[in-house]
Amino acid sequence: MTSETEGPDGAQGAQATKAAWYSHGRIERNIGLLSVLAFIAVAIGGAVEIAPLFWIDRTIERVEGVRPYTPLELAGRDIYIREGCYTCHSQMIRPFRDEVERYGHYSLAAESMYDHPFQWGSKRTGPDLARVGNRYSDEWHVQHLVDPRSVVPESVMPTYAFLRDRDVAGPDMAAHLRALTREGVPYTQSDIDKANEDLLAQADPNSNPADLQRRYPRAQVRDFDGNPDRTTEMDALVAYLQMLGTLVDFNRVRAEELSQ
Amino acid sequence: MNGVLNRAGIFIVATMVAVLAAMNATDWGFAVHMMIVAAAATLAMAWTLTRTDYAGIATGILPTSDPSLYDDDPVRWGVLATVIWGVAGLAAGLFIALQLAFPVLNLGIEYTSFGRLRPLHTSGVIFAFGGNILIASSLYVVQRTCRARLAFPSLARFVFWGYQLFLVLAASGYLMGITQSREYAEPEWYVDIWLTIVWVAYLTVYIGTIMRRREPHIYVANWFYLSFILTIAMLHIVNNLAIPVSIFGSKSYSLFAGVQDALTQWWYGHNAVAFFLTTPFLAMMYYFVPKQAQRPVYSYRLSIIHFWSLIFIYIWAGPHHLHYTALPDWAQTLGMVFSIILWMPSWGGMINGLMTLNGAWDKIRTDPIIRMMVIAMAFYGMATFEGPMLSIKAVNSLSHYTDWTIGHVHAGALGWNGMISFAAIYYLAPRLWGRQRLYSLRMVNWHFWLATLGIVFYAAAMWVAGIMQGLMWREYGADGYLVYSFAETVAAMHPMYVLRALGGGMYLTGFFILVYNVWMTIKGRERAEAPMSETPHNAAADRPLPHSA
Repeated sequence: MTSETEGPDGAQGAQATKAAWYSHGRIERNIGLLSVLAFIAVAIGGAVEIAPLFWIDRTIERVEGVRPYTPLELAGRDIYIREGCYTCHSQMIRPFRDEVERYGHYSLAAESMYDHPFQWGSKRTGPDLARVGNRYSDEWHVQHLVDPRSVVPESVMPTYAFLRDRDVAGPDMAAHLRALTREGVPYTQSDIDKANEDLLAQADPNSNPADLQRRYPRAQVRDFDGNPDRTTEMDALVAYLQMLGTLVDFNRVRAEELSQ
Repeated sequence: MNGVLNRAGIFIVATMVAVLAAMNATDWGFAVHMMIVAAAATLAMAWTLTRTDYAGIATGILPTSDPSLYDDDPVRWGVLATVIWGVAGLAAGLFIALQLAFPVLNLGIEYTSFGRLRPLHTSGVIFAFGGNILIASSLYVVQRTCRARLAFPSLARFVFWGYQLFLVLAASGYLMGITQSREYAEPEWYVDIWLTIVWVAYLTVYIGTIMRRREPHIYVANWFYLSFILTIAMLHIVNNLAIPVSIFGSKSYSLFAGVQDALTQWWYGHNAVAFFLTTPFLAMMYYFVPKQAQRPVYSYRLSIIHFWSLIFIYIWAGPHHLHYTALPDWAQTLGMVFSIILWMPSWGGMINGLMTLNGAWDKIRTDPIIRMMVIAMAFYGMATFEGPMLSIKAVNSLSHYTDWTIGHVHAGALGWNGMISFAAIYYLAPRLWGRQRLYSLRMVNWHFWLATLGIVFYAAAMWVAGIMQGLMWREYGADGYLVYSFAETVAAMHPMYVLRALGGGMYLTGFFILVYNVWMTIKGRERAEAPMSETPHNAAADRPLPHSA
């Protein structure tokens, strides 16, 4: 092949021209046929693996306690996504002795059934966070986010001090809940109507938590960032971290409920 | 004249719509993005109006591009874009590698934190560097192998500029924290819609050109490019299904949740590796290796078998990213089995590429571009052996979540995708700019060795780091307790992270040599140096067949 004429395989191609109807020569001379067959070839695998997850009943276990996020937790989760926390922290404990001892009960599919998008992660530059809720104090989290190496000298985490100085109020949380409702998250109409109040009330130590906790069982209501005068992004992120893995009471779950 | 006015009109409307969207934006990131769109549309309008040859229109005499030559403008721009984005993507990678070794480099401000820069690096190298060389090389190859000029030349220009706009929106979005958190699919809904439009235009140009071909057969490289364009369209659309919170805001929530969302994402994620980083780079191999070696492809039959088996089997491999998670076991096992089978078609491609050098093996010694191609195929073979091994559940239980995965990815990305792209750039630069030869082949040799040594440092450091990490996490003492706290395993990574950054630094240095070499070649300079062998180029024969034939 010394000229610029193309087709290093030209000789074999010429043989294929004379071959029978099933020869590859037919496909490689017809762009429509080639495209359709290639598309069929790449469509099958995904369809067989993904589609059944939507209708096989046991894909998601039935356990008590999993509920949609409160507006403040959801705002915190959006900050978690915005800052790319998932690039270094997983939220998926595998069923191994060392992981269960280090992080807690292995993760269930049910625990992320309202997670749009999922945050299982793929890398543990930092530890798994699936059950970090209620393991550390709010003060520890704030201090750790402001200056990670002041509490964990070996840490390589960036600092997130700016979260303390930003009000979380701003996004219309009702619109966020409405978008999630369209995707099947069971928020009620009153959840949506009260979304913006709920956002502030959950971080307000003086609010009456009864209504919020009736609609969102086990919701933690308090000032999270040590500054009760403002509801900051720090409040939201710590509220999210403090609820991770706390919804399912594994002392009350029977083994057969966990079968998938 | 009407065409000019229509185009200018479209750009004016686009500017106004973008400004309106910016004024109504619910978050400032969306407002910034819409202003970028408005600026791009205004620039395009100004360019349309000022660069038009009005005298030509008035007199009816317009300079037409020479139909006896290939339409290489978008290819030239694409090669330049590849080089520019390559510097950005690799530099971002080196910077975040240093951040993991020295966290003070996060600088305490949100825009430069690891979490925001990491997608900048991954998208920068995969979609900006990789995407540009793929679009450019595919438009070069499809014209030569079809002996025909590009169909829809203005659409091809739209593909190039539209793709650059996508990249600017994606990259600036990451810095502002606009992300879907789906790895390698981070851009938000409106950027995804824009990419879909650009991609359909790309498919149209590509298939249109193949339909104009003057050769009866569609050359094997085009099968691979075609499967890339088609499959990326499918993956991109399904994985980015989402409902925006507001049409004037950047935030959206993905349509699927939890386990279904996870498998959809990794079906996408793994096949971004398959159909963005494998099949189109194999297409480059199938064109540039035979051309540079001046040998025919080793086996036509093997190319058929490995093409169809590769694209069919790759798509099943996604679940191996979710071993031992809450994904049902049947799906995990299916993913593992297909990942292991995948070893064979992968090596089919490597063998077909390497054996193409039959009768030209001596060129490894004399031609540094061939040497780059050979090391690329060798790294492809290595990475596609390591991949199936890591997909075995027992191995994965150790390697998952560790830096072993990072090392594996970079053996493939730096070794295979990077090296074959560099070889293609070195092949293309003198031909696209009508030069006798590259500015310097000896510099290609320097680039080769810096890059190769850089990869060795990188991969070795990450193997040690990953296996050490995995073993420390599961280490039990005689007392039956875990030996190491998580923080201790982080501290143990430090020397490996420093070594990794050293390897990445060498790789980036090699790339700077490429930048200089390509720049000097474009300027038409030739370095006085002892000659090395290079494939001669017959510019007179590099033409489409006349259409009247």
